[in-house]
Amino acid sequence: MKFRILSLLAIAAGAVTAQVSNERLLHPEREPQNWLTYSGSYSSQRYSLLDQITPQNVKNLELQWVFQARSLEKFEVTPLVVDGVMYIVEAPNHVFALDAKTGRAFWDYDYRPSRDARPCCGSVNRGLAILGDTLFMGTLDARLLALDAKTGRPLWKTEVGDPKLGYTITHAPLVVKNKVVVGVAGGEYGIRGFIAAYDAATGKEAWKFYTIPGPGEPGHDSWTDDSWAHGGVPAWLTGSYDPELNLIYWGTGNPGPDFNGDKRQGDNLYSDSAVALDADSGKLKWYFQFTPHDEYDYDAVQIPVIVDGTWKGAPRKMLMWANRNGYFYVLDRTNGKFLTGTPFIKLNWSTGLDEAGRPMRNSSAEPNAQGVTIFPHLFGGTNWYSPSYSPRTHLFYIPTWQDSSMNLGKVSGEFAPGQRYMGGTIRPGGPATRRGAENTPVENTNYGAILAVDPATSQIKWQYKMADLTASGVLTTASDLLFAGGREGYFYALDARTGAELWRASLGGSEEAAPMTYKVGDKQYVTIAAGQALFTFALRN
Amino acid sequence: MLVYNFAFMKRWIHAFPAALLLLSLPAAGQQRRYSAAEVAEGKQLFSVQCQPCHGPNGDLVAGVDMRKGQFKRASTDEEISRIIANGVPGTGMPPFSLPDNSRTALVAYIRSLHESGSAGAVAGDAQHGREIFEGKGGCIGCHRVAGRGARKGPDLSEIGALRNAAALERSLVTPGETILPQERMVRAVTKNGTVITGMRLNEDTHTVQLLDQNERLVSLLKSDLREYTVEKTSPMPSYQDKLTPQEIGDVVAYLLSLKGLP
Repeated sequence: MKFRILSLLAIAAGAVTAQVSNERLLHPEREPQNWLTYSGSYSSQRYSLLDQITPQNVKNLELQWVFQARSLEKFEVTPLVVDGVMYIVEAPNHVFALDAKTGRAFWDYDYRPSRDARPCCGSVNRGLAILGDTLFMGTLDARLLALDAKTGRPLWKTEVGDPKLGYTITHAPLVVKNKVVVGVAGGEYGIRGFIAAYDAATGKEAWKFYTIPGPGEPGHDSWTDDSWAHGGVPAWLTGSYDPELNLIYWGTGNPGPDFNGDKRQGDNLYSDSAVALDADSGKLKWYFQFTPHDEYDYDAVQIPVIVDGTWKGAPRKMLMWANRNGYFYVLDRTNGKFLTGTPFIKLNWSTGLDEAGRPMRNSSAEPNAQGVTIFPHLFGGTNWYSPSYSPRTHLFYIPTWQDSSMNLGKVSGEFAPGQRYMGGTIRPGGPATRRGAENTPVENTNYGAILAVDPATSQIKWQYKMADLTASGVLTTASDLLFAGGREGYFYALDARTGAELWRASLGGSEEAAPMTYKVGDKQYVTIAAGQALFTFALRN
Repeated sequence: MLVYNFAFMKRWIHAFPAALLLLSLPAAGQQRRYSAAEVAEGKQLFSVQCQPCHGPNGDLVAGVDMRKGQFKRASTDEEISRIIANGVPGTGMPPFSLPDNSRTALVAYIRSLHESGSAGAVAGDAQHGREIFEGKGGCIGCHRVAGRGARKGPDLSEIGALRNAAALERSLVTPGETILPQERMVRAVTKNGTVITGMRLNEDTHTVQLLDQNERLVSLLKSDLREYTVEKTSPMPSYQDKLTPQEIGDVVAYLLSLKGLP
């Protein structure tokens, strides 16, 4: 026993000085005190083995420190924590290294993106990746930047895309082996989307996977005429990685123009899809398209969650996916085979899924010039907000928009480089998706809810309802706690098994980020960004 | 084979850019040299009066980049001082009612931000300078350039964009005459006797953050410390007797070539 304790101490001491190696990235379970990747692990379960904070003592959480952003933009970051140092980004690309215990700054580096950048939906950034002593950040002007994690000094900068054409990067990169993987945003500007990998040491491009097949490639005929050349299909959220299969899983976004598919007849591959790419070559291993020929802007830009378990009595390597189109899917991640798909919110654009998982379209809910009411809203049943899977409860937790709809009017428009290319408009008169300081919900108002879904049965085990919508991710822990926020600015701890609210704090600003947890010394902390600040809690001493 | 004298190098961690503000030759349009005290006072004033609009590097207002010596309506010190006093009507630049010596201090600091354009004493060979920097000079035992070298002293990856040749030369010959606040070394002794030294990155009433000699980011609560000292001198030694004038010129040429990322 004594030997075992000494060994553990030696490991802990070693971790203090070690660089963040690939080995460490592969085994976050060996160091649950740290948070080394955007979603906490390559499987992206956003589940922590830390268990100091429990359902019994969570009522004793108290604020430890606050980091106030200088930016008034949305604060969407999930911090990384490496051996007591927290790395964050405030909008648009201002990086800070903080003492994770006190929130005091070690250094900051303020990258100023080009004014040519034209993000669709906020000059935001969701976080960083790390390998060795190097941090990686995608920038609003579509650069990939490497920074010295000790000093914040820039090491290299690579052009990923042309910001004048609408390319931008807002998500945290994914480090796999010696490569840094990013996708691009710009689906509202007629880009041709891609996911690309860059050498971590030099920034040199290693491979590039276009999310729209070019002439002569399989799938190219799913686009008519030259619509493929500016067909959108961005890839603006961090993917996941299965080291055994050596596959990277990434979600792709909408085809463009968003709401008018007349000039892009066909399925428009690989829009609104899960793609599985060989980590070394970027070659497509398989794809699963959730929403063929999308005219609703239902990006499949969610976190792909890797789960190993049994499916109908047999072991299965699964990929779980709560989609913006309102269906919760389970796929076989070795080959993309559809296992199940069930609505988790009210939807009317589809009447169901066939045996292969392809949606059957509702002909009365096709976009038209007069306008038609579509459930769910284009922001989805869910969106980029991180879900969580707990291997203890075997439940999948989804931040959702319930009863959300939009009145969608189709318009025609021509493509022009760098200009909005939407093909439609959301008409006024529908239910509000942005509310002010005062909220007056009525019976049929859309609302936010955290759902706990049993993937084996697709049954909703419990629902935690909020009076306003939510853009917050979800975190679960090994003590069966669930942390999440919402637009109202409450930060909640729920019982992951029952959904019962155990604790809350009013942070005074919408949580548009996902919570994470870490440990320094003997203390567990839990952190979330809300409004323009980052709040960190721990148990009262 | 490169052999470093680590005991020796420990003593000269990073006076490098430290001496530069004081010793630089005038930039284009600059009418006089300024003392370290003027620069220091100007820095304080700048952070309160100017930084909110111009930013910490003086480059946030379009068309003005103090690090590059770019101004829209001024070139001489007097013109800068006049604009501070009178503002620029019709723009966001208001007049500042400051005593003459405060405006002089502000000009001193603004000028210190721009340090390129003047020449050192000896024309050097940058490639040879790099060899000295990485070899017999032992510079990368403390300084880092583009991801190579130690982090015990300031990173010099873009020093050539910030400092002029004369300033760099003087920092090699007579380092340590002054040291920038952000480059001071600190020594802390915890209540259990652990000694921690490193470059101070940040300090407040209750805590201090530093990059220690093992290149770890360390944050300390002052209430946990038995002793805490901020060094006023630089451990960097003079290279006057260690390198020939030509070798110093070569190192300067190399440093001038370091412009950071494009």
